[in-house]
Amino acid sequence: MLKELFPNVVLEELIVATGETFYMTLLALVGTVIFGIILGLLLYLTSSENLWENKGLNLIVATIVNIFRAIPFIILILLLIPFTTFLMGTFRGSNAALPALIIGSAPFYARLVEIGLREVDRGVIEAAQSMGAKTKTIIFKVLLPESMPALVSGATVTAIALIGYTAVAGVIGAGGLGDFAYYHGFVRRDFDVVFVCTVLIIIIVFIFQFIGDLITKKLDKR
Amino acid sequence: MISIEGLSKIFRLNQKQITAVDNLDLTIQDGEIFGVIGYSGAGKSTLIRLLNRLEEPTSGKITIGEQEITALSKDKLRVARQNIGMIFQHFNLLWSRTVSENIAFPLEIAGVSVEEREKRVNELIDLVGLSGRENAYPSQLSGGQKQRVGIARALANNPKVLLCDEATSALDPETTNSILDLLVDINERLGLTIILITHEMHVIRKICNRVAVMENGKIVEKGEVLDVFLKPKQPVTKKFVEQVMGNQDGDLEQLLVDHTTGELVRLHFVGESANQALISNISKEFNIEVNILQGKITQTKLGAYGTLIVQINGEQNEVKNTIHFIKEKTSVEVEVLAHA
Repeated sequence: MLKELFPNVVLEELIVATGETFYMTLLALVGTVIFGIILGLLLYLTSSENLWENKGLNLIVATIVNIFRAIPFIILILLLIPFTTFLMGTFRGSNAALPALIIGSAPFYARLVEIGLREVDRGVIEAAQSMGAKTKTIIFKVLLPESMPALVSGATVTAIALIGYTAVAGVIGAGGLGDFAYYHGFVRRDFDVVFVCTVLIIIIVFIFQFIGDLITKKLDKR
Repeated sequence: MISIEGLSKIFRLNQKQITAVDNLDLTIQDGEIFGVIGYSGAGKSTLIRLLNRLEEPTSGKITIGEQEITALSKDKLRVARQNIGMIFQHFNLLWSRTVSENIAFPLEIAGVSVEEREKRVNELIDLVGLSGRENAYPSQLSGGQKQRVGIARALANNPKVLLCDEATSALDPETTNSILDLLVDINERLGLTIILITHEMHVIRKICNRVAVMENGKIVEKGEVLDVFLKPKQPVTKKFVEQVMGNQDGDLEQLLVDHTTGELVRLHFVGESANQALISNISKEFNIEVNILQGKITQTKLGAYGTLIVQINGEQNEVKNTIHFIKEKTSVEVEVLAHA
């Protein structure tokens, strides 16, 4: 019956495309979380009345973050083609999409990290200072653990945005469900393929959201 | 000994300058419980935060023990802070850590080994009476229990000084009392110097040896708690004493109107004298009747203190002799409010 409803869907190809979407999303998410936390910490720590208060540095980081958030992803990915080619040797394929995906979403996640860090009770930071904690200790034992639920739920939101970005990355032949839906579905007027890809993307989004919510809930002892 | 000389803190807000602590001098002895009382905005919170330089002083000198805190580099200050415990009004526990892990935090900072840490945490949990709650998270604890964790955490590195920043202000009266008892207990057991700031005279009365009253960044009055209770000089001090004793003069006029016979006298009990059975003594000794109209006796750390307003009825001579007797033979002070 499935064959009759979706005559143009080739299961093997669909599985490969789904795998590519997962691959890109997960790897890009790891990169995004690492760079996003670094940027978010910089934004937070250099802001006024914080540990590394520094107006100049804060302005520089904030400007970079804002510029990369302002560029629409479809344009960013095209602008980055020379950079990607230099870095990965090619601009086609799932791996080649990673730099653009990370550069596109890390600034977004950085802002979510900054918001999460701002929620950490100042009194707790002060308590750590009163015990003689170093800044490093405050970052790794106070700021990050105390904001962990916000960091995870922020990562969930970012992951879902990333799934969308991987589909857009199809324009440079990144592979994945977006690419598949466009070239194998839309271009050939095989709309059953577009439909199946859409449903799969929705399912992937739900899976990420579910896992993210679960972890957030488990972490939050407040 | 903690000595503070010429300590000032000026905040600059936009164009305005706010002097939170104004050229303040103070000496606190080792092992005493020293209270600083004042209304919000008096500068007491800034003062206590200056002591471990959570706030950087604008000028002045702070010495704790041998160490001149105000002269320390950032790195040396961090080490010095490990010997100055601090507890907070809102406890400031890490919600992501259990009771044990919270108490272990300052030990981690001080670089204590895992086995040592475990041992010390267990001792501290016993000390503050939290056995059985080791693995609870702060959100599962009551306010009083949270402050006990705060106290255990502050004591982890065996500090010589404990700073209490409105430590009981977020607690209900009963819990406040149990936390105060705990503070007295650790003060006696560990010989710890405790400096506490509060806006509640009840706290000062219950546990402090000496008290300083702050207003507008200055100490306007200081001394033994009993003395300050007995002879408050500044209006602000009188107000704080009223918090505990009630405003007795407010009712006085009514008493004078209602009681027109005999003598109306106010008896001041200070220190040990509050333990004498004065009323029963004079009523046995003299042919008079004593009618207690109003009074309050309260306990401070150095003895009882309070006043009674009584009406003494009887033969004029007997009454006169009675008053003479109290004045000469006991340490109770007498003040005659009205003659019949």
